Amino acid sequence: MPTDLRINGKTHQVNLPDDVPLLWVLRDEVGLTGTKFGCGVAACGACTVHIDGEAVRSCQVALSDVWGEVTTIEGLGTPDAMAAIQQAWVEHQVAQCGYCQSGQIMQAASLLAENPAPSDAEIDEAMQGNLCRCGTYPRIRAAIHSAAQKMQEA
Amino acid sequence: MASFKKIARRSFLIGSAAIVGGVAFGAYYVSRPAPNPLKPADGEAAFNPFVMISHEKITLIAPRAEMGQGVHTTWAALIAEELDVTLDQVEVIHGPAATAYYNSALLGEVIPSKGYDKSRFIHSLGEALGHAGKLMDMQVTGGSSSMKDGYERMRAAGASARETLKLAAANRLGIASSQLSTKEGKVIAPGNIEIAYTDLAAEAAGLEPVEAQLRHRSEWKLLGKAQPRVDMPGKATGTAKFGIDMRLPGMKFAALKANPHLGGSINGFDASEALQMPGVEQVVDLGNAFAVVANNTWLAIQAAEAVAADWGPAPIPDTQAEIQDAIRAAFDAEPNSTLRDDGDVSALPQGAQEVSAEYEVPFLAHATMEPLNATALYDGSKLQLWSGNQGPLLTRNHCADALGIDPEQVQVNTSLMGGGFGRRGEMDFSVYAAKLARQMPGTPVQLTWSREEDMTHDFYRPGAMARMRGAVKDGSAVLLDGQIASQALTPQLMSRWFGMTPAGPDTTLVDGAFNQPYGIPNYRIRGHAADLQVPIGAWRSVGASFNGFFMESFMDEMAHAAGADPLEFRLALTRQEWAPAAKVLEAVKEMSGWTGKTPDGVGRGVAMTYSFGTPVAQVIEVTEEGGLIRLRKAWIAADLGVALDPQNLEAQMFGGMAYGLSAAMFGEITFAEGAAEQGNFPDYDAIRMHTMPEVEVRILEEQSHISGAGEPGTPPAAPALANALFDLTGKRARRLPLMHDFDLLI
Repeated sequence: MPTDLRINGKTHQVNLPDDVPLLWVLRDEVGLTGTKFGCGVAACGACTVHIDGEAVRSCQVALSDVWGEVTTIEGLGTPDAMAAIQQAWVEHQVAQCGYCQSGQIMQAASLLAENPAPSDAEIDEAMQGNLCRCGTYPRIRAAIHSAAQKMQEA
Repeated sequence: MASFKKIARRSFLIGSAAIVGGVAFGAYYVSRPAPNPLKPADGEAAFNPFVMISHEKITLIAPRAEMGQGVHTTWAALIAEELDVTLDQVEVIHGPAATAYYNSALLGEVIPSKGYDKSRFIHSLGEALGHAGKLMDMQVTGGSSSMKDGYERMRAAGASARETLKLAAANRLGIASSQLSTKEGKVIAPGNIEIAYTDLAAEAAGLEPVEAQLRHRSEWKLLGKAQPRVDMPGKATGTAKFGIDMRLPGMKFAALKANPHLGGSINGFDASEALQMPGVEQVVDLGNAFAVVANNTWLAIQAAEAVAADWGPAPIPDTQAEIQDAIRAAFDAEPNSTLRDDGDVSALPQGAQEVSAEYEVPFLAHATMEPLNATALYDGSKLQLWSGNQGPLLTRNHCADALGIDPEQVQVNTSLMGGGFGRRGEMDFSVYAAKLARQMPGTPVQLTWSREEDMTHDFYRPGAMARMRGAVKDGSAVLLDGQIASQALTPQLMSRWFGMTPAGPDTTLVDGAFNQPYGIPNYRIRGHAADLQVPIGAWRSVGASFNGFFMESFMDEMAHAAGADPLEFRLALTRQEWAPAAKVLEAVKEMSGWTGKTPDGVGRGVAMTYSFGTPVAQVIEVTEEGGLIRLRKAWIAADLGVALDPQNLEAQMFGGMAYGLSAAMFGEITFAEGAAEQGNFPDYDAIRMHTMPEVEVRILEEQSHISGAGEPGTPPAAPALANALFDLTGKRARRLPLMHDFDLLI
């Protein structure tokens, strides 16, 4: 039976078994490839998306368990209309290989939504589930602080 | 591949005769230009293989693997600097696989000289030998060589295109080229006349390329300054396309499963259960592996687990202990190399105190964030392949070989890479996809490896051991005699790439040990090649990744025995041997406010490694909080000769260090019955936001040649941390990973 999903403001009808993780629905069925496969066991955070604004590992949410509106990196902003957090990523030249950054940005966006001025310790706490093998952490931290400041000024 | 074998044999016999042979060979064949692979349409001009201009746009070709090191941006900036365009005016693409894109620097690195002391003769010899890469289809990204390779050639490509455009404008206006100038993609003529390059493309296309002098550094507008990376907006918005993001109409999704007993065969498999699972369409035999084809990658991965396979045994010892014994046994065999033998290490200098220590490091996986994958479409005669790879021509040749078709029938499209670190210099993931596509003619298929498949089928950084003996006197080192035992990488790699095994010493086995800029009067390094068949490969900084740890841990032990400050001890030994090495040490001394003394609960360590032409010094500070050790701060100084993009170099330096720290703290692959025992990040963790230290980086330009950036940040990380742990706890770290022996914050 097809499942209806709300993704980035649009409704998608998906014909896949109930237990297929949201990650693979997004990537292989809906064609939203910005959300990445890294480990499949919630150990790297590359697949982070929002469900009703909350950051979740999409590799661990079965299609039938998706409980709300899904936002992916593509729904956060586009190259021509970036969200403040994405602009901060560009400003600080954060990405190296860039593969983990969709997940990093989605995690950071949810942190800032809950806590508009996180301390370094709070950034450590919120971001430690997101792995980056290139080691871009110092610039991720700087970009989060800078986005926080911009969003407060706005 | 017969011609590769012949050429490779001649170039890789690393005796002096072979080098001369390579150079002579090079001089004869290499001077012929490689054909321009760009096929301009009507009204387009391909000025050379690196610059293409049409009526609409300017395209620069950066035919190197973009795996995070920023090569597309800096490579394009080299061309743009002379072409007089800004980076936001151009499109930068990787381009096709082609001989014209060979790496002219990589092979030059095989000369077993120390490097930092290169005479002009050795330097030219390296350049000449590098050009033999053209004959071996070495369109390869590796060895931290892209900027050495492109530094002059790409500026020349830009300058030539600029002068040709000026000539086209001069012809149109009926004035001399010398009256024209160029700026931001336009030719400027007297009387405020401006003609866009795109407007001149059709006319310039008919002209012979013009050669031009390179501008002096003082005239640079882009190089030497931070450039916004061309791939950054895509990577911040999820729109950058990696190999795994390739989507084609009608494409199927497949999962790979290969024998976990590495190198073992497959005796058969039963896929009946898998074929009943949802979404599964077929299970395809790939020789020593199989692929499950489905309408979704996850369904394919699930079904692959349900296939019952009869795997043959691995040709490697059954236990980890036996593997370690085999490495240790290499110490008793004749050395594979003695690439440094200064003075006389046989006798202890009079009045000197002897120091000795043994070290051991494990096998390591690359663990790129993007699991291995490739996409292929076979139409019955031609193969199209999309893969993130570090060697497009070798990939093309290997896929053609596997399918029994001509290399010309294979088109390789190289995508962005979610990390490479050396792993994507291998061809296996592309060849598996090609073999799968051959069995599904007309249907495009993406073959993805699960994380477990990726981690358990790596070409691992080899495990290694060292026996170090030294002597100190009057506060300095007077003797260093090191033996390194590990599998030799070069024969395995050359065998996979070219189907031949070179004779002669393996430089990579002792890289980072024999070539360190320390003026120790009696200094010998011997490499011992272990007889083992564990699949090994190039891993960010290769031999220097373990020799940096051995050398710099032992230098610290010698300093301690000599009663000297470890930083001053290294400074004294480098100052007379090679000044740039001393300068990076002085830089971290100043940056960190090094006093040689640390309060209780704080430890500091220093290390300096010279690799890929670049000396890098690091100071790491650790603190103990609540019984756990945390990395608080790191200071890094590196001398690149010419700093083409300081902001990107800073990222490469702290990123390289982070990769080294991840391995030093947590990285370890062990084997049971020839199968890797770690399969995913929970067993093979890496440094994370809360365990990464703050960093401060300084880039110096003291040495005379431009040098590598992607790898040299890695080797000093492990010893700098190990030495800091000694300062904090009084306990020496002689094996890695450190999590076994120290209470690190995890």
